[in-house]
Amino acid sequence: MKLELTAIHVPLGAFALRLSAVLGSGITGISGPSGSGKTSLLETIAGLRHPEAGRIVLNGTVLADPAQRIRVPAWQRNMGYVPQDQALFPHWDVRRNLESSALLAGTRPDPVLFARILTLLELAPLLTRTTALLSGGEKARVALGRALMSRPQLLLLDEPMAHLDDRLRDRALDYLRTAASEMQLPMLMVSHSSRELGAICGNVLRMERGGLVP
Amino acid sequence: MTTDDLKTLWFSAWAAGLATFVILPPALALAWLLARREWPGKSLVETLTALPLVLPPVATGLILLKLLGRRGPFGDWLAAQGIEIVFTWKAVVIALAVMSFPLLVRSLRTAIGEVPRRLEQVAMTLGARPLRVFWSITLPLARRGVVAGCILAFARAIGEFGATMILAGYIPGETGTLSLEIYQAIQMGEDTRAMELIGAAALLAFAALWVSELLGKNRPAA
Repeated sequence: MKLELTAIHVPLGAFALRLSAVLGSGITGISGPSGSGKTSLLETIAGLRHPEAGRIVLNGTVLADPAQRIRVPAWQRNMGYVPQDQALFPHWDVRRNLESSALLAGTRPDPVLFARILTLLELAPLLTRTTALLSGGEKARVALGRALMSRPQLLLLDEPMAHLDDRLRDRALDYLRTAASEMQLPMLMVSHSSRELGAICGNVLRMERGGLVP
Repeated sequence: MTTDDLKTLWFSAWAAGLATFVILPPALALAWLLARREWPGKSLVETLTALPLVLPPVATGLILLKLLGRRGPFGDWLAAQGIEIVFTWKAVVIALAVMSFPLLVRSLRTAIGEVPRRLEQVAMTLGARPLRVFWSITLPLARRGVVAGCILAFARAIGEFGATMILAGYIPGETGTLSLEIYQAIQMGEDTRAMELIGAAALLAFAALWVSELLGKNRPAA
C-alpha cells in the first residue's frame, strides 16, 4: 500500500490542513493535540472533506486532485472508516451493522469473511443485540468489524480506544494488531496517547495546527 | 350528525390525506436539499416555500385560481387536455396541498437535520451512494419526525378554508370540506349543525396533534 498526500490544502475555519506525506503498509499513527486537524485528515482521505489544492493518490489511483477536477466520491474509495464515536447504525442490530457494507451496496455479505471477523473480534455473542445496549468496548469491536467487512484498501481509525479502560485498551490493541497482520490491512490510526501509538504503530506522524511537525 | 355530515367528514379526511400523500415526495426531496446541501438560491427557495404560511390563505387561493383558471397559464393547457381543476374536488386537494406544503417541509427538514451526519458519512465510506444513504439511513432514522410532519400537514389541511373557498368554491357534495360546511352552516343560521361540525373538526385536529406530539417526544436519540 502506498498513500501519497502531496501539498494538500483543506480549509478548516481557524486554520487549514496543509501537508505532504507518503504512507506505507503496516499501522501508521497520527498524534497531536486536540484540534490539530487529525480527524479532518482522516475525513479528507476518506473523501468526506475535499481539498482545495493538492493531490491524494492511493496505490497509483488518484483519489483527489482539484487541479484536474478529480474527486473520487467516498462511496467509491473503499476506505474503512471508524470514527471516534463509532457511529453504529442505531436502527440495526449488531449483525446488520456488520453486514451493512453489503446491505448498502445491494449485495450479499461474504459468509467466509463474516465468520472470520466474528472469530477475530469475538463478536458472535453480540449478533442479535441492539447497538444502544452495547458497552464501549463492544461498540468499538462492532465498528471495527463493520469496517473490516467492507474489505477496505486502508483502514482509518479515529481514537479507537478513546472510551475504553486500560484492560479493554490492551485487548483492543491486540484485536487491531491481529486484524492488521491476518488481513494484511494497512491502517492509519489517530490517537492522543503516545503509549497506544508506540505499542502498535511502526511509524508515528505528529500534527500541529494542520501540518506535520518533525 | 347526519349522513351528509359524515360524508363531509370523510371527504375532508380523504382530501387532506390525499393532499399530504401527494406532497410527501417533493417535500422530502426539498427538505433534504435544505437540510443537507448548500446551493445557490437556497434562501430564495426557502422563503418562497414558506410564503403560503404567512400570506393570507385567500391570497394564495387567488394566485392558484389565476394559475389554474381557464385563462391561466396552466389552466389553459389543462383545459386543452380535458382536465378541469377549478371548482372540482381536484381544486380542493390542490389548495390543501399548497397550504400544507410549507409546514410539511419545515417538519421534514427538522427531522432530517436531527439525523447525525456522521452516520450518513460512515454509510458512504461503506459504499452507499447518496440515494441509498437516504433510504437506508436518513429516512428510517427520521421516520418519527416524518410521520409527525405528515400528521401536522394533514391537520393543517383539515383546517384549511380561505384558499379552498377561492379555488374550489362551495359546491355541496363536490367540494364541501368540513371548514366550508361549517362556514355554510353559520351563514344559514344552522348553529347546532355548525357546532356539531366544529366538534368533529376539533376532535380530528386534537387527535392528530396529540399523536404528532407523542411521536415528537418519543423520538429516540440516534
